[in-house]
Amino acid sequence: MRKSSRRLVVIAVAGVLLSVAAGLTLYGLQDSVAYFYAPSDVAAKARVGERVRVGGLVEEGSVARKDGALTFRITNGAGVVAVRYEGDPPSLFGENEGVVAEGVWRGEEVFAAERVLAKHDENYMPREVVEALKERGEWKGPQ
Amino acid sequence: MTAELGGFLLALSLVMAFVQGGLGLAAGWRRDEGLAAAAAGVAQSNAIVLLAAFAILVSLFLRTDYSVAVVAANSHVAKPLLYKIAGTWGNHEGSMLLWCLVSATFAALLASFPGGMGRTLWSRAVGVQGVVTGVAIAYTLFLSSPFARLDPAPLTGKDLNPLLQDPALAIHPPMLYLGYVGLSVPFSLAIAALVEGKIDSAWARALRPWTLVAWVTLTIGITIGSYWAYYELGWGGWWFWDPVENASFMPWLAAAALLHSAIVTERRGSLASWTILLAIMGFGLALLGTFLVRSGVLTSVHAFAVDPKRGYAILAMLAFFVGGGFALYAWRAPRLSEPSGFLLVSRESALVANNVGFAVATGTVLIGTLYPLMLEAVTGRLISVGPPFFNITFGPLMALLFIALPIAPFLAWRRGDMKEAWRWLQWSAYAAAGMAVVTLALLRGPFWSAVGIAVGVWVLVGALLYAWKRAGSFARIAALPLAFWAMTAAHAGAGVFTIGAAVEMSFRKEEAAQMLPGQSVDFVGRRITLADISTVEGPNYTAQRADFRVDGRALTAERRFYSVSGMPTTEVGILGDVTGDLYIALGAPAEGSVGPAAWTVRLYWNPLVHWIFAGAGLMALGGALGLVVLARRSRRRVVAAEEASPA
Repeated sequence: MRKSSRRLVVIAVAGVLLSVAAGLTLYGLQDSVAYFYAPSDVAAKARVGERVRVGGLVEEGSVARKDGALTFRITNGAGVVAVRYEGDPPSLFGENEGVVAEGVWRGEEVFAAERVLAKHDENYMPREVVEALKERGEWKGPQ
Repeated sequence: MTAELGGFLLALSLVMAFVQGGLGLAAGWRRDEGLAAAAAGVAQSNAIVLLAAFAILVSLFLRTDYSVAVVAANSHVAKPLLYKIAGTWGNHEGSMLLWCLVSATFAALLASFPGGMGRTLWSRAVGVQGVVTGVAIAYTLFLSSPFARLDPAPLTGKDLNPLLQDPALAIHPPMLYLGYVGLSVPFSLAIAALVEGKIDSAWARALRPWTLVAWVTLTIGITIGSYWAYYELGWGGWWFWDPVENASFMPWLAAAALLHSAIVTERRGSLASWTILLAIMGFGLALLGTFLVRSGVLTSVHAFAVDPKRGYAILAMLAFFVGGGFALYAWRAPRLSEPSGFLLVSRESALVANNVGFAVATGTVLIGTLYPLMLEAVTGRLISVGPPFFNITFGPLMALLFIALPIAPFLAWRRGDMKEAWRWLQWSAYAAAGMAVVTLALLRGPFWSAVGIAVGVWVLVGALLYAWKRAGSFARIAALPLAFWAMTAAHAGAGVFTIGAAVEMSFRKEEAAQMLPGQSVDFVGRRITLADISTVEGPNYTAQRADFRVDGRALTAERRFYSVSGMPTTEVGILGDVTGDLYIALGAPAEGSVGPAAWTVRLYWNPLVHWIFAGAGLMALGGALGLVVLARRSRRRVVAAEEASPA
């Protein structure tokens, strides 16, 4: 094969792969991007069907376990969201601790979380928890 | 005084690294053998200076000298010996010193083993490696010195994050650093070649062992990290597409592409400028990984640094090396030698497909990792990109790449015979199709699991068929050359990994149960009894231990509480064999219940999970065998050259 036609083939192969990749990327970003909201904003700002992460503190006295499901409320001082989660939370989950609940927003009274993240330890916690604590003025770490 | 001596040695090594850089580049410019020898000598001595500095830091950790800031922040007298040592690199400052040490060691090795490279190319590469090392040392010395003192010294330390107090985590960071920094050598060789303005097969031959060292250590480091996450985090998963994982995975993908393109450049002279570009991008991705992990833009277990100055400094380093590399490339690459021809059906084409596949797949991971950061920078919105994105984009692209994988060895250089290849590979295709049918019809697996399993079988059987073709008979299999086994192990490993990953992701089972001591649950056909819960004391923690009986066999799971850092961790119980792992994590006792507290117990069945780690291990083994082959070849070539030239 001559050099010019070989180059053409390489460009064609790369072009096909790149467009497949671009298509997959756009499709993937549609479905697996989660937007972060504070508990006080989510009801007003999130679209129904949107994947969201709600971050804040676990409200004191709100944690209950019933029939294998965990229910609790997330607060940032200005607003509260009730969450239901079918599963066991990370070991550092607890009242007055930072938490992030991820799931699809249905606009219902109780937010059905698919994933619950807590901070890893005293020093390291999910980005969104830090942001939520900063908003509430309870953040003590570096700015 | 010891810490001050360490600081002094670090400052000394900074000067030496830049002297090495100047001497090496000048030696290439002036074609001066004396300067080249001086550069090599400085490189070798500098490795010793940095080794001494690192030894001093280890001794400070061993003596738990709280007057040193980094020791006070990360160590405690009550910590076991192994973790006192591992604590040296379990923090930002110490790990940066390790980075410098590794970089200087690679410079010394490059200086000691010129291989078959031209003298000017070699001295220039030593020079560039000196600059790379020097910049890293400058960053460490001025922005994150591990030898900084605390005044007054605290009376007690803060301990190492208990999650990191694990044997695997003692090895994981050094391995990753060997890989990250290992990629600086191909980078130096690429820059030296661009300065030289010439690329030949000797250059590509010199590039291969360094790339292989980086790739093998990255493979081992990533696998150990993944295995650690699997048994230590207690979530039953082994890969989370966490930005920090991606940060190590992208250089791995680039190194894998570079390995293959360097073969084409060595054997056929083709793809020369692409190989150069990959070498630059590989190191760029390693630096980007360091930036993501160390700058604090992502907050996770890995984010040691929260000082924004450090983030900017690493970003500036990234811009300097990658921007400079690309600029040099744009200027010099058009003058590089032109490739020889090959047909569409040829091993070259298959390897081009491999490279395009790896590059595009790396691109999708890069987009998924950086998209949240860019969106936040532009719009201020906080988002996260979840694992489904990576599964949707990376999965199909890798599947396409892996379909091409087993075909390549069957094709000859320049002109391959597809009919002949199919004559062998049809059996592998039948096996793959058969497994896909079994997955869909008998196991009722999802469509993607069937595709994944079929691709894995296609790769694995294809690799074995090639062995059969090469040998011709069972008796001659043992006589096949080591180079062949290196490739076969790596390719078969890719197949084993793919099968394991596809099965584990599609057929894993997960259940949470509330259990009192004495109670039993049925899970995946096994009867699991919680025999007893007791409290045990560890060296620096207290644990609640659950004893389980699984069909008569014993299994324990723990929840540990580390008193110094006040942090709980989960120690899972695993009962595993080749078919999979039964994986039990002990949760908290249910709160607010009356009477004896029921314990939350999470049960996982992770089928073929060992295949994932074994497959990655096989890939690393293949790479290690490849290193032996390249080292032998290089020695033979040196001996031949010495015999040919009159003494």
